[in-house]
Amino acid sequence: MEENIQIKKESTFGELTRRLKYNKSAVFGLVIVLFMVFCAITADFIAPNEPFPSPPVLANKLKPGFWSEKGVEGMPLGTDGLGRCVLSRIIYGARVSLTAGFVAVGIAMVLGITFGVLSGYFGGWVDAVIMRLVDIMFAFPALLLAIVIVTVVGQGLEKAMIAIGIVYSPQMARIIRSSVLYIKEMEYIEFQKAIGSSHWRIIIRHIIPNSIAPVIVYGTLMLATAILDCAALGFLGLGAQPPTPEWGAMLSDSYSYIVSGAWWAATFPGIAILLSVLGLNLLGDGLRDILDPRLKQ
Amino acid sequence: MKWYITKRLLMLIPVLLGASILVFSLIHLAPGDPARTIAGEHASIQTIERIQEKYGLNKPLPTQYWIWLKQALQGDFGRSIVSNEFVAKEIWDRFPNTVELTILAMFIAVVVGVVAGIVSASRQYSLLDYSVMGVALFGVSMPVFWLGIMLMMIFGVYLRWLPIGGRMSIMVPFTRITGFYLLDSVIAGNWAAFGSSLRHLILPAVALGTIPMATIARVTRSSMLEVLRQDYIRTERAKGLSERLVIYKHAVRNALIPVVTVIGLNFGLLLAGAILTETVFSWPGLGRYVVKAVQMRDYPAVQGCVLFFAFIFVIVNLITDLIYVYIDPRIKYQ
Repeated sequence: MEENIQIKKESTFGELTRRLKYNKSAVFGLVIVLFMVFCAITADFIAPNEPFPSPPVLANKLKPGFWSEKGVEGMPLGTDGLGRCVLSRIIYGARVSLTAGFVAVGIAMVLGITFGVLSGYFGGWVDAVIMRLVDIMFAFPALLLAIVIVTVVGQGLEKAMIAIGIVYSPQMARIIRSSVLYIKEMEYIEFQKAIGSSHWRIIIRHIIPNSIAPVIVYGTLMLATAILDCAALGFLGLGAQPPTPEWGAMLSDSYSYIVSGAWWAATFPGIAILLSVLGLNLLGDGLRDILDPRLKQ
Repeated sequence: MKWYITKRLLMLIPVLLGASILVFSLIHLAPGDPARTIAGEHASIQTIERIQEKYGLNKPLPTQYWIWLKQALQGDFGRSIVSNEFVAKEIWDRFPNTVELTILAMFIAVVVGVVAGIVSASRQYSLLDYSVMGVALFGVSMPVFWLGIMLMMIFGVYLRWLPIGGRMSIMVPFTRITGFYLLDSVIAGNWAAFGSSLRHLILPAVALGTIPMATIARVTRSSMLEVLRQDYIRTERAKGLSERLVIYKHAVRNALIPVVTVIGLNFGLLLAGAILTETVFSWPGLGRYVVKAVQMRDYPAVQGCVLFFAFIFVIVNLITDLIYVYIDPRIKYQ
């Protein structure tokens, strides 16, 4: 019995990768995402310079990159307002932004799965209470609610991640709830109940594993918006604080310099955000087409 | 239908009450004594007590909430700690600017998005289709604040075609009537003011509109493709109607139904996007106001503003649902 389950799982995963291969845009998305992950992991080795040398080398302030002769040797994308290497900060920023995204979505998943399963599996007043809470949280634009939470718990990257995780959890809870509602009517769940399995066992062993497909799809797409919203909080000065090399904060530090012609310091961090979000969107769309063919566009 | 609308409106009451409790308790759970924040680091105990008395901060929280709610229902959100003005008045002064910005942004998004989606679908797999969808894909992944900065840089700093921020040039005389700059300048026949405020509006509106535009284009395309596969379209083609008539008269009408929902859902994103766009372009609207209030820890302003946003948001969502039911009779309103 155990062995059969093992084999089934592997073939599902194999099937997934096999079908993903035929979806060109999903592969493209995956390549971008893997590249970002690679940058994040190996930042210490591949970044040409320190992300925040102290004391800052102000002589290098706002120097252009490889396209100009006025640039500084070894800083191909130019320098920012404190003379720091833009490319190195973007590479380190991948680490910050990806971690922030993963942590936020992780929090949203844990909260969402907990409340979604409780709501869908037990129904009745538990469901009513949780769903009303979800309705209330949906009364706010997500970014606004995150801003309010950050106001309360204080500014900073960790707090921004938690805020975004909390704000995204109702969405996840609704998704889980609807798939739990479907699964709990299946015959094998009835069988489990008949042989006297506990609720706990049914939930952990059967309900959650079977409702995980939409979680993966929406988790990937959510990762994209989480990275965007984390950058937005950083841009508003409510997320990552200086000198953390976070893409949104880098943008807000340097966009006042565009008036004096230093366009690079604000342009490249934005491109980094755009590319990672694009990659995750493509991958998420691809996964959705495979795992949930009913939603195929 | 009347009964349905009434029911939906009644359902808003608990949601908004819940939202007000959530906002209020979040703000009041914040570590740190608000009276101390108002009074400053080195205030004496007497000053703090006086402030607690003035703002009612020495009463138990449920009582404070009840007082705040009663006043809020009468349109009074208290006074801002920073400016000492009524928060409701400050909101009301800024709201028209945000409305002008979001409406123009949505207008651009709908017109361009729908047209692009229809054209793309009617020439599926053509070069045009691929390019429109490619651009749309970038559009949905774009951070709105970065797009704003790029537009500002290209059209404001380098080409100098448009101003890089603010609501209107201070050199132009202007009298405020309704608070809507475009409307007011038309009423007053003040064309210089109209031109200036329109020029200030373009870049922020384009920045804000691009993301919903991309979403709308994608949804319109896929919805069109679905409709074009249906039997009644095949019948029309078979009976020899021109492709133009088939697409623009018969297919588009049904294809636009899901687009309406997407437009409604995007209004929420637009409100969030307005917070960022207004910050980039120093736009004197509600979004920038709420960010400043948060940065200054101006609690009454944050509370009032966030609740006001939530109110607008649920109303827009309700209107979307109602329009959806109205235009698609297949959906039962129960």
